[in-house]
Amino acid sequence: MPDITLIDAIRQAMDEEMARDENVFITGEDVGPRGGVFRATMGLYDKYGPDRVIDSPLAELSIVAVGIGAALVGMRPICEIQFADYIYPAFNQIVNEAAYIYYRSNGEWNVPMVIRSPYGGGIGGGLYHSQSAEAFFAHRPGLKVVIPSNPYDAKGLLKSAVRDPNPVMFFEPKKGYRLIRGDVPEHDYTVPIGPANVSRKGTDVTVYAYGMMHYYTLQAAQMVADQDGIQCEVVDIRTLVPLDTETVLNSFKKTGKALIVYEDNRFLGYGAEIAAILSDEAFEYMDAPIRRLAGLDVPGVPFAHPMQDLFMPSPEKIASAIRDLAAY
Amino acid sequence: MARQPNKETLLDWYRQMVLIRRFEERCAELYQQGLIGGFLHLYIGPEATGVGAVAALREQDHVITAYRDHGIALARGLDVNRVMAEMLGKRTGVSGGKGGSMHLADRDLHMWGGYGIVGGHLPLAAGIALAAKYQGKDEVVVALMGDGSTNIGYFHESLNLSAVWDLPVVWLVENNQYGMGTAVGRASGAVEIVNKANAYCCGADGHGMLQGPRVDGMDVMAVYDAISEAAEHARKYGPVLVESLTYRLEGHSMGDPQRYRTKEEVESFQTKGPIGRFRALLSDKYKGVESALDRIDEEALKAVDDAVEFAKNSPDPTYDDLVSHVYVD
Repeated sequence: MPDITLIDAIRQAMDEEMARDENVFITGEDVGPRGGVFRATMGLYDKYGPDRVIDSPLAELSIVAVGIGAALVGMRPICEIQFADYIYPAFNQIVNEAAYIYYRSNGEWNVPMVIRSPYGGGIGGGLYHSQSAEAFFAHRPGLKVVIPSNPYDAKGLLKSAVRDPNPVMFFEPKKGYRLIRGDVPEHDYTVPIGPANVSRKGTDVTVYAYGMMHYYTLQAAQMVADQDGIQCEVVDIRTLVPLDTETVLNSFKKTGKALIVYEDNRFLGYGAEIAAILSDEAFEYMDAPIRRLAGLDVPGVPFAHPMQDLFMPSPEKIASAIRDLAAY
Repeated sequence: MARQPNKETLLDWYRQMVLIRRFEERCAELYQQGLIGGFLHLYIGPEATGVGAVAALREQDHVITAYRDHGIALARGLDVNRVMAEMLGKRTGVSGGKGGSMHLADRDLHMWGGYGIVGGHLPLAAGIALAAKYQGKDEVVVALMGDGSTNIGYFHESLNLSAVWDLPVVWLVENNQYGMGTAVGRASGAVEIVNKANAYCCGADGHGMLQGPRVDGMDVMAVYDAISEAAEHARKYGPVLVESLTYRLEGHSMGDPQRYRTKEEVESFQTKGPIGRFRALLSDKYKGVESALDRIDEEALKAVDDAVEFAKNSPDPTYDDLVSHVYVD
């Protein structure tokens, strides 16, 4: 199996899905000849032409709305928003239209579409090129929310997202685009939307994470295993909505200690919901306070590197939080 | 040139307008009796615009509109019983009571709704048109909107998109002179809204938005002719913006004290109402047609009576309905 980067896996998924189904098309800013701001669509314009790889005006709400309209009448759009930070002009279209269509029509029509967007900090992008937006969308029923942490899952989950009859928000950890590598089959396969993945077995502490923070968590888990003999179980959430509550609870019932890592702002972030579910449904298994390690509660990830580093969780910070919890 | 409608067709337009008027009057009563709740925006006054525009379309063409959608839905052929049931929030309603007054739709009739967020539906129309074009279908989208929505960003993004991509869309502004309680001239930089098309006209390829007419929206024949021509242009070349000058004879919604306009102004439009005008035209054109028109009037009343009975006797939605259709399995 070839060892490829996260972004290559994403491109492969789109390429294969476009070859499989002529109703799949891509639209977004600079997705055409330029190949996308991060080169996610590189080569697809030449392969599939301007009718299927459509450069949009610089107008995010239109990118999403065109996808919704086209999906209503049988197309399978993949809408790219260049950075998650830019998604807010389309917020109404996503939460008030895409999420509502199946419900408001009482099951008569649906919108099979994918909205892809790179998210997250760590690349010095500053206030408007570093944001995590998943919590806003995870809050609205009707949307699915997926965040892959490795190339195998990215390809398999994106292919599932394209085939899903619902609107799927697909956030990609952009710091990992070329940093995270892995073995990816060249043949067609999918990873189902829904199940979480226990990516490391352990008995002492469960760490829940997704996207870039999952990559860091695996490093941290190795550090505390090597240095402290702490055996972490790591759960890669992968699908934020619908959440695999069973896998989340089962791991906690085994370890009794939970750390949830996410780089979005801590307050009302996605990890708060996992914490609430654990305390609601597995209170009697709890051996320590449920802890969250997350981005700080400032409006954005600042530009200067020292501040960015203070803002973001890192493998070292995760390891430290695991040690605290193990010792509780 | 538009196809010239025959007598049967004209009588059918009359039937639709009368049905809408009786339906809306009954809705107002039911609202006052507390049987219809929430917010209710009546289509009393603009009937000719909705009926004329929809009449100009083919069966496979698409219609999408804003929240004042009852008249458009009935003109497009949605079942009057199921529309009334939706008004009452019943399980038999067009969306099972989930959507209510502002979200009437029918997939089979290519009536994509009623939308509660002003302007939010406009870029969806562009998406439907893009798909139709890609699929090689000879279909047009008519997107209706109020004058107020031409000041929001959605409108401008949508017009721009349709112009750069030569999309088969007829943008139809129902200018009833007030965005809720704010007169057009106090909210829009262009008082003649149709002029907004000029900003998106004639791109590098010579295509772009065509500025269509300002049409008398109280004259069903004029609206039909204008939209027929616009749809033909849209099918062949690309988008058109048409402005229909109309007037709502009732408030923005039920319980609107209407402090923003005078009684005299409203009365002056009542005498120009689209139904009386069209009836006079038909009487003039076809000798002895009055008895047929009277029969249509009676049938409309009966259809609305029956619809109210159907709605009242329909079951309320249940908990299972509340939690259904969140995700497609």
